[in-house]
Amino acid sequence: MSAEIGTGATAGAIGTRRTPAVPKWVMLAVVWAILIAVPYWLPLLGGYTALAGRVLVFGLAAMGLNLLLGFTGVLSFGHAAYFGLGAYGAGLTLRYLAHSTPLAMLLGTLLGGLAGTLFGLLIVRRRGVYFAMCTIAFGQLWYYLAYSWNDFTGGFDGLRDFHREPIGFGPLTLDITDGGNKFYFFLLAVFALAVGLMGLLVRSPFGHTLRAIRENERRARFLAIPVERQIWLSFSISCFFTALAGTLYALLNNFADPLALHYSLSGYLVVMCVMGGMRTFWGPLVGAAVFVVLQDYISSMTVNWMSFVGAIFVIVVLFFPRGLLGMRRTRKSV
Amino acid sequence: MFQVILFNVTNGLIIGAFYVLMALGLSLILNLSNVINFAHGNFLALGGYLAFTLSPALGYWGALLVSPFITALIGLAVERLMIRRVYNRDPVYSLLLTFGFAFVMQDAARYIWGPNGLPLGLPEFLSQPISPTLFFITWYRVFMVGVVIVAVLGLFAFLRYTQVGIRIRAGTLDLETVASLGVNISLLRTFNFALGCLLAGLSGVLAAGQIGLNPNMGDDLLMPSFIAIIVGGVGSLIGTLFGGLLIGVAAALTTVFYPSASEAVIYAIMMIVLLVRPRGLMGEEGMMA
Repeated sequence: MSAEIGTGATAGAIGTRRTPAVPKWVMLAVVWAILIAVPYWLPLLGGYTALAGRVLVFGLAAMGLNLLLGFTGVLSFGHAAYFGLGAYGAGLTLRYLAHSTPLAMLLGTLLGGLAGTLFGLLIVRRRGVYFAMCTIAFGQLWYYLAYSWNDFTGGFDGLRDFHREPIGFGPLTLDITDGGNKFYFFLLAVFALAVGLMGLLVRSPFGHTLRAIRENERRARFLAIPVERQIWLSFSISCFFTALAGTLYALLNNFADPLALHYSLSGYLVVMCVMGGMRTFWGPLVGAAVFVVLQDYISSMTVNWMSFVGAIFVIVVLFFPRGLLGMRRTRKSV
Repeated sequence: MFQVILFNVTNGLIIGAFYVLMALGLSLILNLSNVINFAHGNFLALGGYLAFTLSPALGYWGALLVSPFITALIGLAVERLMIRRVYNRDPVYSLLLTFGFAFVMQDAARYIWGPNGLPLGLPEFLSQPISPTLFFITWYRVFMVGVVIVAVLGLFAFLRYTQVGIRIRAGTLDLETVASLGVNISLLRTFNFALGCLLAGLSGVLAAGQIGLNPNMGDDLLMPSFIAIIVGGVGSLIGTLFGGLLIGVAAALTTVFYPSASEAVIYAIMMIVLLVRPRGLMGEEGMMA
């Protein structure tokens, strides 16, 4: 199928390079230093810390999606569903169940992740655009549900009347309720944990089987890799990460809206992966940073922001199909 | 009660007819080119808006005939300029491309024709009810269903009896073999895309007469059209036809008994079909899977 041909052409996966020009630990140190120092350098550039929080949240969602899209080669165009379910799960927990931030995150992640896990069972044998179409349609189910179940979810106006709560660690309490740096560092800590877990997964034997499936599914099958099961697991894991990002989104805004479930957001997540480079580990974060900042800037400049966002999609597809980090990688490997 | 059910069944058939026209166009493009055209709803809106602009000059009937063809021409240009560049790449690129282009088209429609709804004027006699007892069925509804039936029959006849139609069907099954037999598949795909846009444009003109025009009028029809294709079975146009009618009537009947579930019921149908018959009601084994 065309999926295999396409992925074969853009090979150059993480871990296949033996002699990087810059040592890997230097790169990692730079990435984390930039992220930790955000509250200090971003205001100098005219940004605000909440914007960096959004970059982290969407970056985490896109990196979660990229486990499936970039590392398994399976196209989901419905990840907004799991992101939004995470957001609603967290919001509903805080509003109706308990004033506990960790519980909200746990339940939201479980809600989105389990929904993805169950749906994955139904579609795991589909491939290519048919898989994508099933994920889109299933995603919209949740959008309509949140939209029409007015009493419970707040309908079109979104779920309000909840806010993030301070977190207690035994005798210590971390107060993240104000919009300041503490909450950004909390987001960053969750992000770091999740990304560390993702890194371990990608490096594990399991992660290697996923890449084997991406490069050549038939061959992987002959090597006795249980292709359907691995794709299902990959889909499920990716949904859990995206749902976790969704819970952070609800905490960030103290608000969950149906647009977090809409398929446009699925498209945004996919374009973040592609723009940053979906064959690279950090690409989706870079893509998320570029996309979130551009969208923030454009929508403050013009009412016709949709045209610009659409044009970004078209330009990325036609002229930068390998993404920002992907370009760097291919130039080096030549 | 009988009248309410009758009203909703006819409503469902009419909505289903829109789903069918739209889904058939999507399905044609998906089957031959492996591209999900996210901009299909925007081609539908474009058809409607063109009819709105042309009808003062050409009259309703002229606009009904001409604007689908202009929509098809624009579709042809879009395919030549952009979409054919991504045919041989990973499907993620074609999805992103049409998705982004849908944004641009929607914004362009808003820019050109304004963000507010516009009505499309109909000839006087079409707005009359067909009889005092069936006051809820206007002649326009009868006319719409008639046009859809003619269009669908025409499409199937075209695919069955003309050389190009046979090539499209053959390409759906095995594009490489068709290419090696000397058919210019690049042109075939372009033509096929334009044909899909023609159907979208036609449904746009028809929908504009019923629900009026607004820049995102196609969005509400796009998702049900996807579901019609999934339910009917990817690769089967007949399946798409029945899928569209099925979900249209099912949604309308649910409106009688439990209005707020009318959106949910079509998703429920999709889930059941995926569960018990994953390739869709009339999908072929091995097709696209």
